Amino acid sequence: MNRWLENRNVLGPLFMLPAGVLLLVFLTYPLGLGTWLGFTDAKIGRPGEWIGAENFTFLFGDSVARLSLFNTFFYTIVASVLKFALGLWLALLLNKNLPFKAFLRAIVLLPFIVPTALSAIAFWWMYDSQFSVISWTLSKLGFIHSYIDFLGEPWLARLSTIAANVWRGVPFVAITLLAGLQTVSPSLYEAASLDGATDWQKFWYVTLPMLTPIIAVVMTFSVLFTFTDFQLIYVLTRGGPLNATHLMATLSFQRAIPGGALGEGAALATAMVPFLLAAILFSYFGLQRRAWQQGGTDK
Amino acid sequence: MSAAIQDSKGMEYLDSRLRRWVTVYIPVLCFLFVLLFPFYWMIMTSFKPDEELVSKAANPFWIVRPTLAHFEKLLFHTEYPEWMWNTILVSTVATFTSLAASVFAAYSIERLRYKGSKQVGLAIFLAYLVPPSILFIPLAAIVFQLGLFDTRWALILTYPTFLIPFCTWLLMGYFRTIPYELEECALIDGATRWQVLTKIILPLAVPGLISAGIFAFTVSWNEFIYALTFISSSEVKTVPVGVITELVEGDVYHWGSLMAGALLGSLPVAVLYSFFVEYYVSGMTGAVKE
Repeated sequence: MNRWLENRNVLGPLFMLPAGVLLLVFLTYPLGLGTWLGFTDAKIGRPGEWIGAENFTFLFGDSVARLSLFNTFFYTIVASVLKFALGLWLALLLNKNLPFKAFLRAIVLLPFIVPTALSAIAFWWMYDSQFSVISWTLSKLGFIHSYIDFLGEPWLARLSTIAANVWRGVPFVAITLLAGLQTVSPSLYEAASLDGATDWQKFWYVTLPMLTPIIAVVMTFSVLFTFTDFQLIYVLTRGGPLNATHLMATLSFQRAIPGGALGEGAALATAMVPFLLAAILFSYFGLQRRAWQQGGTDK
Repeated sequence: MSAAIQDSKGMEYLDSRLRRWVTVYIPVLCFLFVLLFPFYWMIMTSFKPDEELVSKAANPFWIVRPTLAHFEKLLFHTEYPEWMWNTILVSTVATFTSLAASVFAAYSIERLRYKGSKQVGLAIFLAYLVPPSILFIPLAAIVFQLGLFDTRWALILTYPTFLIPFCTWLLMGYFRTIPYELEECALIDGATRWQVLTKIILPLAVPGLISAGIFAFTVSWNEFIYALTFISSSEVKTVPVGVITELVEGDVYHWGSLMAGALLGSLPVAVLYSFFVEYYVSGMTGAVKE
């Protein structure tokens, strides 16, 4: 018995070694280094010196950085709400004994599978100011007279990028919520019908409470990855027009890599961390409360 | 259609046919149209000759004279084949490395239960939540210091940072479903831990390994920000970065070859996905459910 105990405490860490080393060197260390860089004036090719919170005070006074904070919140909130509403709707639809169910589910997930950078090019082309197929259709139908410059006007560009983000995110939300829906026991719906519940009541009092834990997790992931989104914006607008679509991630890339100001970029990236932590804690405590409410018998 | 309605169970027999069309089929068709249209558009554009692309008179939804010129340009006059090869190489190596490291990590956390394994499990989950866009600047500095800048190694070594946490988390859940008794029997019969892992656990965990592998492969195929930051020479770029940075020149956009590049770059993951849909979905939902 003693030998086994010793064995597992030796073998365990030994088995952890490859994963542990890779994660420590390329994840934990950079996480710390990034925070440290945020407090230095490092440039590309020049190690930085400690300058305290200067980067942060500079960024706070920088109108572009403040705009990027606003854009990030706007982008995250609008896109997440839409992804949740449309995703839940699609999940409920797919849960209704449709013909070709498996095939439909496979097709629906396609936007999530293909590389975002590449599908973003398709959106770029669809949003083109001169040859947009959307403008073509609308003008043939007589709704508009001149072509829409989807990515040229600040607010239009914000909404267009959000639309592309929602397009990519809805399948993920829908398919994971569908998996959650399929675990809800049919007997609950039977009981509700016997009690004379309407469809809406069944949804509100059975489906939604049973789904809450999975909704919390899915939406945390969704919010996290929308908040830190980079590639969609980089491909569609590079932050333009007039920095109207710059997110904190794209601005931090622009300042640090082409701009060379590693310290400033790192400070911007570090500034995202508190928001991410808040989102994670929010959903964590949301989940806890749920498990307690259901007496821990939700499985 | 009537067959579908007869098949439906539960309370749905109350739905009239019309109501079902309005509340279910039409919304589903709308969703499908919106979700699939960009792909249709990608395919149409990549086979369309340039003069049709810029003509406002022609119906943009159809092709009068399909052409392979864009693909020909892409394959023989750009470095696209090299980007493809790089993407395949980097994704494959990163996936297998991460999978191997994750098997050991997950097994030791879930089954060896060494001191502190619970905390390590939690740390792995938290590592999964760290987004690449807050790591790429310090990682760029590290990659540079290690002399890996502008090499495939930079990507092969950094991709595991998001692959290992995911794979480990997924495999931990999978190992948990394998009955402990199987392992105990083998241990009592005198098997070593290594034998238990390779002869009992791994064969039983094959579906989990496929799920994790497929998911990891598509995620590394789609990776963008690291590949954009750590690579500057065209011949070591991956497909998503190559298409964005090399095919877009100046103000003249070659939409045909851009779309052809996007299509060819999406095809491998789409084909792989179509063969392993069930595994992919169970991997994606499994990681969220735990």
